[in-house]
Amino acid sequence: MQNDRLTSASERGPLGPRSRRVLPSWVSTMVLLLPTYGWLTLAVFLPLLTMFVFSFMSATPMGKAPIVFTLKQYRAFIDQPYLVGIGINSLLIGFWTTLFCAVLGFLAAVALVQSTLGKTREILLILILLPFWTNGLVRVFSWTMVLRENGFLDNLLHMIAPDAGSIGFLYTRYAIVVGLVHGYLPYMILTCYIALVAIDDAIIEAASSLGARWWTILFKILVPLAAPGLISGSVLIFIPVIGSFMEPRILGGRVGVTMGTVIEDQFTQAFNWPLGASLSFTLLAVVLAIFATFSGVLRRGTAV
Amino acid sequence: MTNVKVHSVAKTYGTTPVLSDITTEFPEGSFTSLLGPSGSGKTTLLRIIAGFIKPDQGVVTIGNNDVTDIPVWGRNIGMMFQSYALFPHMTIAQNVAFGLERRGIKGAAARKEVDRALEMVRLPGFGSRTPKQLSGGQQQRVALARAIVIKPSVLLLDEPLSALDRRLRQEMQVELLRIQRESGLTTIFVTHDQEEALTLSDKVAILDKGRIVQIGEPEDVYERPLTRFAAEFLGDSNFLTGTVDNGAVRLADGTVVRTTSTLPTSGSKVTLAVRPEKMSIVSGPTDDNSLTARITTVIYAGPVLSYMLETADGLPLKLFAQNRDGKVLSDGDTITLSWAPEHTVPVGD
Repeated sequence: MQNDRLTSASERGPLGPRSRRVLPSWVSTMVLLLPTYGWLTLAVFLPLLTMFVFSFMSATPMGKAPIVFTLKQYRAFIDQPYLVGIGINSLLIGFWTTLFCAVLGFLAAVALVQSTLGKTREILLILILLPFWTNGLVRVFSWTMVLRENGFLDNLLHMIAPDAGSIGFLYTRYAIVVGLVHGYLPYMILTCYIALVAIDDAIIEAASSLGARWWTILFKILVPLAAPGLISGSVLIFIPVIGSFMEPRILGGRVGVTMGTVIEDQFTQAFNWPLGASLSFTLLAVVLAIFATFSGVLRRGTAV
Repeated sequence: MTNVKVHSVAKTYGTTPVLSDITTEFPEGSFTSLLGPSGSGKTTLLRIIAGFIKPDQGVVTIGNNDVTDIPVWGRNIGMMFQSYALFPHMTIAQNVAFGLERRGIKGAAARKEVDRALEMVRLPGFGSRTPKQLSGGQQQRVALARAIVIKPSVLLLDEPLSALDRRLRQEMQVELLRIQRESGLTTIFVTHDQEEALTLSDKVAILDKGRIVQIGEPEDVYERPLTRFAAEFLGDSNFLTGTVDNGAVRLADGTVVRTTSTLPTSGSKVTLAVRPEKMSIVSGPTDDNSLTARITTVIYAGPVLSYMLETADGLPLKLFAQNRDGKVLSDGDTITLSWAPEHTVPVGD
């Protein structure tokens, strides 16, 4: 009797209430992925595609001029050679900003990880995130107050050496880099902090027990182990920095002409959206080429 | 090969004393275990010797050098951690060579030392692998090779075997002991595993609440515990309390228990410790100490039977017996147990 009951129970299984819910696995996978890909399409792919189409037009499609599809916008770097100089200028600003962020951010992250006393870590984290919470424009304009002639920096200098000249360096490339480093440093600190926090204290203790001093520990243990954080921080900073236009415009003045400001001008001043779009895509291609070139090096760095 | 001394070392965190006035010596070439429950200060003591923690007072000497103010990297110590702490981004050979590099040994000379160290821990030819490719036991061997290749003045082991499973741990104990004997390194070993401490050490130091309550050879500490804590923490113990009366101890129920140890003056209260395996179940009258008790539980553990007993007064007792005849007694049976006076040890509180 018992045997019979068991058999009938197991037979009911596939036909029972559960069987109605079984879907082919590809369907459930698709359904689960739909929101992600839907959002990506809506928020990233569609706008980018629109801009990509614009970049092949002869004029902005909102004017009266007839629209012809052309490749001429992509010849901008050949037709207007001064753009090459501006492009290099932007890449250099991106390079120096990323480098300063990497050095300062890494050291700040090390300090953050080391500060275990009471609430110091929480307080430091808030101080680091503070620039994120201030309006970017306010942040950048406050730097003009500091860096201009007879600004805060000069006042500080003249308190020590009243006869010294001005060291204010507003409207130089250094000023742009200072402003950008200030704005983007938190990204680097946070990515490095996440990488450093994962390192077992015993590894550092083992190194010092074997005779390593702080600089050996820094360069032979911490930097290689936190390389993934350094790399993702660098990528996060480099890309927006070379396209930035607010900091170069406000802090760079006459020298603050970068790809970011040129592209912005095309959209807001010259009303030449196709040129702006083509310059954006050229810049994107250059960035991708740079990352492709270095990806081998980067991968070796992260291969832990 | 050097001796290590700590002299009146103390450490307080906030208002909690972690170590109070510790003075002890670790002789040249000896293997000493620091044994104690968590919070007893054993790890703190090891880390003070290593230099990771600065003592509030006291002096640490390694050999003839006062190292109290010397940072970790200047002390020439070899250290092993519970988490292995290998450098994950380096190969095994690079891991082992790390300390040599810090001492200016590079190239062929370093390679030779690394090979010899890896051979010593029975991992020859593993140099080009990465830590991730090794099992836990193998990683700990590499950690040992890395610690001894620099010819340290002292080898400090912070529960290095606790993360390994039982069989591997026993294997590593044998290995560790062999390498320690071969190298003659003064070794200090922190553990909470009493069996490990007894098997490995020349000397066992039992710590409790920041003090060394007893230090001595394993047999000495086990057979003649000085305090109730030492008797309880290292192995199991039965405790009998009574009053000293004419060179023996009279328990509350009037039973007289004899001991070969020196007792305090007549009339004073005393606690006696008796190891459960020193007691045996007897059928007839005996000249040794004896008590009558009822079995509450028999635990069958293969080679050993553990009897949980209770005297008529309600005093709980434990008795361990070799499993010669199987489980013949059962719960509720009343038995007579006996033990020799030389296994009756008066202990302090």
